[in-house]
Formats: sequence, structure tokens, C-alpha cells
Amino acid sequence: MKCRVCRGPAVIDIRRHNANFCPEHFLKLCRDQTAKAITQFAMLEPDDRVLVAVGGGKDSLAVWDILTELGYEADGFYVGLGIGEYSRTSERHARTFADARGLTLHTEDLLRDHGFDVPNGSRSAKRAPCSACGLSKRHLFDEAARRGGYDAIVTGHNLDDEAAVLMGNVLHWQTDYLGRQAPLLAAHNGFPKKAKPLVRLTERETAAYCVLRGIDYLVDECPIAAGNKHLSYKAALNDIERDSPGAKHDFYFRFLDQAAARFAAGPSPTADVGAGPEAEPAAPVSPCRRCGAPCSNDICAFCGLAARATAAVPVRLQPTPPRRPVRS
Amino acid sequence: MKVLLRNPSRQVEVDGPLEVALLLQQLDLNREAHLVIEDGTLVPNDKILGKDAVVEIRPVISGGSA
Repeated sequence: MKCRVCRGPAVIDIRRHNANFCPEHFLKLCRDQTAKAITQFAMLEPDDRVLVAVGGGKDSLAVWDILTELGYEADGFYVGLGIGEYSRTSERHARTFADARGLTLHTEDLLRDHGFDVPNGSRSAKRAPCSACGLSKRHLFDEAARRGGYDAIVTGHNLDDEAAVLMGNVLHWQTDYLGRQAPLLAAHNGFPKKAKPLVRLTERETAAYCVLRGIDYLVDECPIAAGNKHLSYKAALNDIERDSPGAKHDFYFRFLDQAAARFAAGPSPTADVGAGPEAEPAAPVSPCRRCGAPCSNDICAFCGLAARATAAVPVRLQPTPPRRPVRS
Repeated sequence: MKVLLRNPSRQVEVDGPLEVALLLQQLDLNREAHLVIEDGTLVPNDKILGKDAVVEIRPVISGGSA
């Protein structure tokens, strides 16, 4: 295999581009595709202060690295989810990456700062772990961005993530979610702008980027996510992609070009924060009574989750039976 | 050759020499969802791996529903 650009030895084939690349030109391709997505969807201004949602995996570390290479002022934000060794390892990867590059990493810990973790909190709140995790991260990223005066939150969502979400939304005709699925969510109702600059790269490409850049990322899968539908949609799409290179790209980008606007009538007034990948409260919005975050109810969904997750189970005391006289 | 697989981590022995693409096929792994790594860097699908090669096949699919 030879690099399409320099004809040197290639290390990776990108079949949807019908091309092979050497390390140097593959890394350039990743940066160029990220820059193209930022421009195509008007995601960021050159002087935007960016907060990158970092989990220690390939996607978040790749997007942080690429944004820094592209010259953006980008800090990281990590949320400890309390998922045992998995969380400890993921924080270590995020910290090592930041320290090696002199980047700023803010951290918050669900258990330390909010009194619950994902495994136990989701059980207490009777909520699916991935749902509780997503809701918590979205809320804490929003709050961190507001506190820190950041212009945008950037996440590492890639083409596979977006195509899998689209597949799930289409399979179940979730028209509310289809109307809100976009690589850029503009700032609104007190929520900061959210951008996904990796939407033009697949997971295989972000992983390859990290290997070639020497980025030591968390390879192991979240033990709680194993078996969830999102992963099965990704596997199904990769089976299609193997036989039809470019299918994932066409599925997602033609949806954006040709169909997304048909569903974009705005969020349903019954939308529930955390009920879907892009879910945020519809108007009217008022501050949460507990934390001040914008929400459409008395308290926001995160505070509701935290209240249920931390509520002590009341101990029902039994009346003490009358003592029988002790006979000797 | 020695092949390190992930999730869960395990090692299997495969007869070489063998082309990377055929190794993935033999292990029933989708090339769109895996990278093959030798000595810390990527190896292309047309490379012939020797019988004494040590490679990692790394899955790239990740993520929950969030």
C-alpha cells in the first residue's frame, strides 16, 4: 500500500476515500477533516475559549489534541463517574495527557461533589446507568462551561456515534430527536454552544490518530455500557460499511443535507432532559430551584436525579414487643 | 504468531505467515472496527505478518448511549 499523497509506505487504508495514507499524511487528513467540519457547520470562532469534555478515551483526547494543534484555546473537563477501576484508569489517562502537554484539566467527581456515583445512583433512582451517566455529564459540562466563561463545549462524538444515534432514532421514528440531531447545538436558553468537530472521522480513524500520535488512551470499554443498543447499532453499521464503504458517511451527511430540516420544528414541549442524546429542556426556561441551571421544571433533571440517588431509604421501625418476664 | 485481543484481554496463537486482512477474516473480526498494531504502530491490511510476529488487534468501537 502506498500513500495517496507522497507515495511512501502507507499504514492505513480509508476505503470510503478509496485511499491509503502514511502516518504524516493520515494525521494531516484528520486535522483537515476536523477543520472542515468546524468551518462547514460554523462550530467555532478562532478566538473561542473551548471546554473539551474529556473521558480519557480516544475520541476526547484526539479532539483535544487536534483543537490544540489547530490553535484553539482548549481546556479539558473530566467527570469522575465512580465506575470502579474503569473510572480511576480513565482519569489517569486524561491527567497524563494534559500534564504531558501543559494543558489545563478541570475535574469534578460525582460521589465527592454530589453524593452519588453512576452504578449506585442509577439503581437508587431507577434509571438506566447510561442514561444517568449521560444526564450527569451533560449537566456538569454545561455548568463548568458557564462557571468558566467558555464559549463552547466540544465533545468527541465521531461519525460512528452520530450514525448510530441516527439509526436508533430512525428505527423508532423519534422525530423530536431527529429534529435536534446536529453537529452543532447553538447556545440557547442559558445553555452554552455545543460542537462535535469529529463528525467527519470514524472511530477507526480517531483510534488510529491516537496510535500514530502516541496518545495513550483508555482502550477498555465501559463495563456498564457493554451490551447496550448504541453499541449494537454501531456493529450493524460497520457490517454494512464493510460491504459498502462510505455508507455511514452517506447515511449521516445525507440526512443532514436532505432530511434533518424536515424534522427541525423545534423541541417538543414534553421533551425531558436526558431522555435522548440531544435532549435539553424546551421553553419556558427558569432557573432550577436547587442549582440555578436553566430548566423547564421546578428543579432540573440532574438535581432530580441527585435527590433520588442520594435519598436514604427510610428504615421502618417495628414496634418493640412487650418483654416477657424472665423466669428463673 | 501471538495475537493479543481486547475486551476481554486474551492472547491467541495463529499460524503465520499471514496477511493482516486474512488474520482479521480468520478471527471473524470486522476490519472497520479494528486496528492491527505491531511494535506500537499501525500495520496495513496487506502486510504479511511473520510466524514469530506479536500483534495487538484493538477494537475501536466505544461508547454508551449518551
